[in-house]
Amino acid sequence: MSGHSTYVPKTAIGKWFEARLPVVRLLHDTAVSYPTPRNLNALWTFGGILAMMLVVQIVTGIVLAMHYAAESTIAFRSVESIMRDVNWGWLIRYLHANGASMFFIAVYIHIFRGLYYGSYKAPREILWILGVIIYLLMMAAAFMGYVLPWGQMSFWGATVITNFFTALPIVGQPIQTLLIGGFSVDNATLNRFFSLHYLLPFLIAGVVVLHVWALHVVGQNNPLGIDVKSEKDTVPFTPYATSKDVLWIVLFMIFYGWFVFYQPNFLGHPDNYIEANPLSTPAHIVPEWYFLPFYAILRAIDFNIGPIDSKLGGVLAMFGAIAVLAFLPWLDTSKVRSGRFRPIFKVAFWVFGVNALFLGYLGSQATDAIIAGLQAVSWAKLSTFYYFAYFLVILPVLGYIEKPKPLPVSINDAILAKSVPGSAH
Amino acid sequence: MTAKMIRWAAAALAAGIALTATIASAEETVEYPLIKPTRQEWSFAGIFGRYDQAQLQRGYQVYKDVCSSCHAMSYVKFRNLADEGGPGFTEDAVKVLAATYAIEAGPNDAGEMFERPRLPSDPFPSPFPNDNAARAANGGALPPDLSLIAKARAVHRGFPWFVFDMFWPYQEQGPDYIASLLTGYQDPPEGVEVPEGTYYNPHFINGVSLRMPPPLDDDLVEYSDGTPQTKEQYATDVSAFLMWAAEPHLDARKELGLKVMLYLIIFAGILYFVKRQVWRGTPH
Repeated sequence: MSGHSTYVPKTAIGKWFEARLPVVRLLHDTAVSYPTPRNLNALWTFGGILAMMLVVQIVTGIVLAMHYAAESTIAFRSVESIMRDVNWGWLIRYLHANGASMFFIAVYIHIFRGLYYGSYKAPREILWILGVIIYLLMMAAAFMGYVLPWGQMSFWGATVITNFFTALPIVGQPIQTLLIGGFSVDNATLNRFFSLHYLLPFLIAGVVVLHVWALHVVGQNNPLGIDVKSEKDTVPFTPYATSKDVLWIVLFMIFYGWFVFYQPNFLGHPDNYIEANPLSTPAHIVPEWYFLPFYAILRAIDFNIGPIDSKLGGVLAMFGAIAVLAFLPWLDTSKVRSGRFRPIFKVAFWVFGVNALFLGYLGSQATDAIIAGLQAVSWAKLSTFYYFAYFLVILPVLGYIEKPKPLPVSINDAILAKSVPGSAH
Repeated sequence: MTAKMIRWAAAALAAGIALTATIASAEETVEYPLIKPTRQEWSFAGIFGRYDQAQLQRGYQVYKDVCSSCHAMSYVKFRNLADEGGPGFTEDAVKVLAATYAIEAGPNDAGEMFERPRLPSDPFPSPFPNDNAARAANGGALPPDLSLIAKARAVHRGFPWFVFDMFWPYQEQGPDYIASLLTGYQDPPEGVEVPEGTYYNPHFINGVSLRMPPPLDDDLVEYSDGTPQTKEQYATDVSAFLMWAAEPHLDARKELGLKVMLYLIIFAGILYFVKRQVWRGTPH
């Protein structure tokens, strides 16, 4: 893709094709000869794992759509008939439902890897922002997919989340009405969500192509965070990266299978096995686990800030928590990419990681639940504060006050230093 | 430098906690159920778990003789009783059993609705023609459809238990809850007011009492296989049956799972050596 093509067609048909549509060259350059830093660790296999998950979701989703009926009086029943009467229907549905969770587990590892090793810094800003867009599209797709079984959490989750839009002044109400196709979540909502849920994965696939394209222009980051200096720093993608990717994809499938076969309902909510009932509100409405940190941030803002009431404030904070990621390349002022060489950053990063998990836990609790003597909402305020402080205060300031450790001259030097004992220091 | 930063951060955090603690009210909310479900040993728990056919048959008997007088089970069809991994009825037995219930069908050529005996492909009959009739007959409470009840009820395990559950599966929360509920009725403790027409049960997930009267008692259903005819045994058997009704393909799932997992583990082992071979001689 970036002009380092080494592909030479060998067969007659290969040459014929090459002269008309050099698609084999494209694939060869992308997945075979592409130079990849030789020091990548297993965290770099999650791009491949995510690609696999996207394919799994699309394939299982298309099959489910053959049996599913997007009509509010029979949607729940049609899902049950998939579970009971369709050949292998239970497997396909559990693969799809748990697949969404696996997709998010993989994307969170992928994002945190980027955060730790500074993969968002120049020249990878566009690559990073495309990733944030994919993440946003994934969230929309997952949310709409969760509505389709038309259980209690589907219905009430849809009601709560679409209600966020009404917080916006003037345009809020019309946006919400347009989104749900009426004044309350109903058959019209289910229909358009099904339509959009089918559309979004293909948009994701489109942005993934751009994401991979951008990756192949700038090259992969690596655990040292230093630029590739010479050919000695790299190995060809195939067989080196492919052999590693395939191994980790299969290991991830074992983890995935563990949930599908032995605890397929662990990550779901029991209330979603109760058919949607607009007249009966569940005691606690909780979103899927992968949204819980943002749900905690939303509920943390329970106070008015000047003209911004608590509802709008919560919605702004929640969307801001995602939007801030897009500005990360410019918020982090340090010239050093990898967290390995940044002693203070390292601490702030791990606190951020634990804080994000804690926010997720808080999102699953009632706001007035008492945790270690404090109300959950008070904890959520502290955690939300740290979440934003990490991006808006700590990362901008650290670049100026932190003294990074010395960087190795090249990837090759660092590897040789490590593999020849005694020459490391 | 790092240590200093951490100390500052800790101080700021402590100050923050102190500040918010003064604002936080110490009101505790009551969590239901008051008593967490008792964990039982289920034949279908764990990686190698399978339904116990005799238990499912007994459970069906309890469901049919007791529960089905108020509760529907409309997602389960008679033919399912003969499905693999289920109670294991013979096809003939299912035909005979189904035919003892009638269903409205039609219209016929004259345009009239008529009654016919149920076929194996028909669902279990519902005790009430509609939800309103069910409410009217049950003091305003709707007896829920039991098709999915074993997956629709799970008591919060709380931190850190849910983390452990991830590594050692606990997917029998539904039957544990149902069995505890069915045997959990007792006289309300002194000072506890129970609303008119409801029954105190500290195992109920949604309050202190529920409208369903204690449904089970010793010797209520006659077992032909010599199993003890106790309230507890009935509760356990019917809970297992309800789990099957909610998850009829559990046996197939766990059987396939074992094959898939073994395949993947062996495949991963081979791929590990492939990777090692590829990278040999390439320091990284």
